[in-house]
Amino acid sequence: MDGGKRAGGRPGGSAVGDHAPAHPPTRPTVGGEGLRVVGAPLRKVDAVAKVTGRTRFADDLALPRMLWCKLLRSPHAHARVRRVETSRAEELDGVAAVLTGAALPMPFGILPVSQDEHALAPDRVRFIGDAVAAVAAATEEIATAALELIEVEYEPLPVIADPEAAIAPTDTPLHDYGDAGNLHKLIHLQFGDVDAGFAAAEHVREDLYFYEGNTHLAMEQHAALADWSPDGKLTLWSSTQTPHYVHRALAKVLELPPSRIRVIATPNGGGFGGKSDPFNHEIVVAKLAMVTGRPVKIALTREEVFYCHRGRHPTLMWVKSGVTADGRLTALHFRTLLDGGGYGSYGVASTYYTGALQTVTYRVDRYRFEGARAFTNKAPCGPKRGHGTPQPRFALEVQLDKIAEDLGVDPAELRLRHLVPPASVTANWLRIGSMGLGRCIQQVVTASGWATRHARRRPGWGLGLACSSYISGAGLPIYWNDMPHSGVQLKLDRGGGVTVFCGSTDIGQGSDSILATIVAEVLGVAVADIAVVTADTDLTPVDLGSYSSRVTLMSGNAALQAAERAREILTTVVAAKLAVPAARLVCAAGRLFDAENPELGLAFADAVQLAEAKMGTVGTVGSYTPPRSPGRYRGAGVGPSPAYSYSAAVAEVEVDPETGIVVVPKIWIAHDVGQCINPVTVVGQVEGSVYMGLGEALMEEMAYRPARRLLHRIPSMLEYKSPTTLEMCDVETYLIEDPDPSGPFGAKEVGQGPLLPVPPAVANAVYAAVGVRIDEVPITPDKVLKALRQQARGGPGRTGPERFPDIPWPEPTVVPTPWEGGDGRAAGGADRSAGQRTAVGSVTPERQH
Amino acid sequence: MPRPRPTADPAVITLEVNGERCAVAFAPHKTLLEVLREDLDLTGTKHGCELGECGTCTVLLDDAPVLSCLVLGLACDGRRVRTVEGMAEGARLHPLQETFADLGAAQCGYCTPGFLLTAQALLDANPRPTRDEIKAALAGNLCRCTGYLKIYEAVELAAARLRGEDAEPARETLYGRR
Amino acid sequence: MLRLPTFTYLAPRSLAQALRGKTEAGPGGMYVAGGTDLYPNMKRRHQEPAVVISLAGIRALRRPPTIRRSGDPAGGGMRLSAGLTLTELHTHRRVRRLYPVVARGAELISTPPLRNMGTLGGNLCLDTRCNYYNQSYEWRKAIDFCMKKDGAICWVAPSSPRCWAVQSSDLAPVMVALDARLVLAGPAGERVVPAARFYHNDGINYLTKQPDEILTAVELPAPGGWDATYLKLRRRGSFDFPVLGVAAWVRWDGDRVAEARIVLGGVASHPQEVPEAGAAMLGSRLEADALEAAASAAFRPSKPMDNTDFTLSWRKEMTRTYVRRALEELRDRHR
Repeated sequence: MDGGKRAGGRPGGSAVGDHAPAHPPTRPTVGGEGLRVVGAPLRKVDAVAKVTGRTRFADDLALPRMLWCKLLRSPHAHARVRRVETSRAEELDGVAAVLTGAALPMPFGILPVSQDEHALAPDRVRFIGDAVAAVAAATEEIATAALELIEVEYEPLPVIADPEAAIAPTDTPLHDYGDAGNLHKLIHLQFGDVDAGFAAAEHVREDLYFYEGNTHLAMEQHAALADWSPDGKLTLWSSTQTPHYVHRALAKVLELPPSRIRVIATPNGGGFGGKSDPFNHEIVVAKLAMVTGRPVKIALTREEVFYCHRGRHPTLMWVKSGVTADGRLTALHFRTLLDGGGYGSYGVASTYYTGALQTVTYRVDRYRFEGARAFTNKAPCGPKRGHGTPQPRFALEVQLDKIAEDLGVDPAELRLRHLVPPASVTANWLRIGSMGLGRCIQQVVTASGWATRHARRRPGWGLGLACSSYISGAGLPIYWNDMPHSGVQLKLDRGGGVTVFCGSTDIGQGSDSILATIVAEVLGVAVADIAVVTADTDLTPVDLGSYSSRVTLMSGNAALQAAERAREILTTVVAAKLAVPAARLVCAAGRLFDAENPELGLAFADAVQLAEAKMGTVGTVGSYTPPRSPGRYRGAGVGPSPAYSYSAAVAEVEVDPETGIVVVPKIWIAHDVGQCINPVTVVGQVEGSVYMGLGEALMEEMAYRPARRLLHRIPSMLEYKSPTTLEMCDVETYLIEDPDPSGPFGAKEVGQGPLLPVPPAVANAVYAAVGVRIDEVPITPDKVLKALRQQARGGPGRTGPERFPDIPWPEPTVVPTPWEGGDGRAAGGADRSAGQRTAVGSVTPERQH
Repeated sequence: MPRPRPTADPAVITLEVNGERCAVAFAPHKTLLEVLREDLDLTGTKHGCELGECGTCTVLLDDAPVLSCLVLGLACDGRRVRTVEGMAEGARLHPLQETFADLGAAQCGYCTPGFLLTAQALLDANPRPTRDEIKAALAGNLCRCTGYLKIYEAVELAAARLRGEDAEPARETLYGRR
Repeated sequence: MLRLPTFTYLAPRSLAQALRGKTEAGPGGMYVAGGTDLYPNMKRRHQEPAVVISLAGIRALRRPPTIRRSGDPAGGGMRLSAGLTLTELHTHRRVRRLYPVVARGAELISTPPLRNMGTLGGNLCLDTRCNYYNQSYEWRKAIDFCMKKDGAICWVAPSSPRCWAVQSSDLAPVMVALDARLVLAGPAGERVVPAARFYHNDGINYLTKQPDEILTAVELPAPGGWDATYLKLRRRGSFDFPVLGVAAWVRWDGDRVAEARIVLGGVASHPQEVPEAGAAMLGSRLEADALEAAASAAFRPSKPMDNTDFTLSWRKEMTRTYVRRALEELRDRHR
């Protein structure tokens, strides 16, 4: 419905022209000088549509004869569905169809190991908000009224309210799979001789931390529109970050050939991970369209979006670190317990992620990780910006602050002493490429005046520092396959226009613009001459989706390859025509010309016509598959990435000691992005990450009422507190460009990583300001005041968790480290086989031997 | 409880939308938000909660920013409404639209129409707002993408240009600090 | 999206028409001014009027603020039409100069676009709030509803015979502290009540106003000789209702307090005056121990319940701090 987006291309500033002429004949593909549009702050290709109201989001679409869908949701946190009676609803004037779970018996889920969701609960509901029936009616009002006429008989079941309650064996497990009781997943990994590492330590600390769950709160509420054609073809428009996975889920549940299903991801009005799963409402409207033969739309209410959730897992953490007197980590032991909610979602991956990246920031030679995810009767948790890593980052960075104090070392200096080396392999077999964290730390330390101000703090005022790293795309796909993660097709038009086709989804981060910029750079045309067609499974080659900060690197590399192939075609025909060696031809300023005699050349459109005359229609493809990771053990699938980004932040806080209210006036942040494709977009991602991190640090929480049937306490924009203009801090953003050989032009991720250091930096700054440790987020005034009162009474001055429950951990998978002579495999054969390689590093039922 | 009630006859009102007078018929319980989006096909006005809790649906009603989700369509008879579709003058973007586009003040773009109209009302009333005045004026619009900073900068730049100054964005706005 | 239920809409041009419309509509009729409270409530089916009577078109309710001379039978002071928007109120030059506490209270309400819609009268009649009540129909159904709407029990205090929904207007405690007078028009004519008597400490019957009466105006006492302030506690600087509001009023006699009132918002179903707190300051210069005494007196009866943002113990604790800070402000201004 939305045509290709014609790129705008007007530069944001006057500094950079789109047609800067002369530049060197050899074009570096990793950073460096001579870039023309890469690195320029160009207007995004969809910017004008967005500022004029022309962007069509999912709920902006309407088709003739369209019906409206509403879902009936469970008022019980856990119950058996005994009977669903729909006849009265069906009789209501204007109702076209009513569906129950019986119509959609096939389970689905984002991970092959967690196919535990149903579009409409057939026999069991697992949280308040779980869908049990659906109505399609002429108006949304009629559909809403019809829900009231559906009678559901429930048999309430025992409710699992928190992860501790999930540990015990049970007669009524939430699911018929899992690792123990209601524990969905148990992980135990050991890299190197951890006991020896602790024995060698000169100082050992054990601490407990808690990171509360929170949600994405994208401004756009999820919406989907389905259209079924009598020739047996289904089209679904949806606000999804992952049209490819929605395509697969629809095919599975509707039992239709994928070739008859077209999924179009509409521009997302914000995603942040909340639109990365295939959702029940997408499947339901598709089924209703098939049943009624009419287009069917659903637009969720804000409350329903809280029930979709898939947000940050509430995570309890226990951390034991051993260090030398100068602060080098000799061993790390990390435990996490995640509250997963009612379904699997990405949870297995989330759980691995709470352990996987500990080794990517600082050097950790010996490492043990135990992770557990519990099923509880709440809306399912999943991936939110930073997926599984802000929680451990918070714990580790606050603990490092404590260690620095214990050792009498400056916290910045402590971190600088044991950075992970670039171009190395970590204890858990992750391959590090470029590593700019040292420069990040130095930058924020200098900018914030850390050296003088951190030491000379005044009461109620403090600075805190924290660092982080993040993946630039998951190294493995979500389902087992050997195919590329991203594909791009280019079509070169006789008029000089170039169309880029790619399955990637623009969720506001600017991925459409990245494609246009890279192609324009390679072919030497203006960004305005590029059209971008994305996220349409009929038109575009697969890109796995906008998650794991993968799009710039992966679709960017695919676009780069396709564009280089197109350039090859054009330079070959032009070289023959002009009798110039192809290697001497330059593509720039809308021309192909001889570097030694720039007068000699052809306009780009003429070159395309020449190529088309000689070779037929000019089109190329490009694709990208990440390099294979050296890790071979079960669980090695989570953590590998072609490149890692790095961030450091200093937060300034003011704490009112009488109220405990924390105000954050300013944050200095430096981010190692490798190379900016578009710096104004990069700065925007950093600032947005700081914003979201600040919200998590100070106020955002998914709160439930345990005593009232485990109901979401505050499913509204008013009561789920997100920062307004009045809470947002000033941000000074520093960009470190240390091009990574894996990224297009050296680019790494920026969409998620800069969130990670914010919560621990704020917590450390609160300590600097008033001397109390708030070992959990959000850092609310009541917690600060409680710690201050405790301190005044001579106590330790801390608010945070007090204990980590006993969990039946499995025997560890012991993996020798690279420096122990390991080969990436587990000792004793607990490896994954090649056929079981997925991003969740676990056995996939479809592939069980 | 939401039991169906007999459908009332459609209401018909005349109002001025983006400078054009038009008559529109709609179900009488509809809010201005629904009338604009569903009966006038002006889907540029977005919505994030329909309860007055996010600012996304802000439009100008007789030049003042209001939440279209809480204004009854019937209450708009004879009144003047401006939506994001009416900000540009012909093919020329409003300076705020230019600066929002250039500075990345619109990321996902979903809250953008509400911010643009609120900012336009601010600049109409106060051509030289301070940063604090901008924050106060925009405090009723939530954004989850930008952290608001690019929005402030876009408003400041547009304000300068509307005052006739030959203003350009700061280098660190476009390139970050290095 | 969330939509309104169907209803009949009346747009009277005069008070008489409005009152007649209400009489004809009976208990199923409700007045609406700015709509910022009623329409969300209707969308979530807390309030389900069959007839909605808009007061927006009644010119008499939208007159600019007027100063009455001291010879006026109603006494000197300012008369504020109830239909003034909150923006009109807090940006009005004379209101800001003569009654800065009223301007501050209005300016702290919700958000700028909402203040362009919401009215003085609407804020004073704001429905009490509770996060067991301000939820969708489906959410409330999951708890079998509550006594304020469709149910039998108060989930905040299940053994209680009454509803504990919270008074959440910012201007209500201000008007009680100022001893403003509220003008009501009803079928039987006009009456004037002191602000304190406009409210009941009951989450359901929180107004003494009869359902068919219309709040038409607020009469503020003449300025001079007294000072007042209002502090609001909430999570964010915008959007949020108060989880605690403190309105403090003192009449000075030289450098000593001759009369004082402390009124708390957000901790009961009505704006709660704490006479002991006022009494604790009498004759003092608001020196430290007088502040402490007043703050402690206000702290004791402050009984926030677990039905708003933040923990109730912290909110109660903040009563002490905010009362002290409000009085410090008044003291410092008097010096």
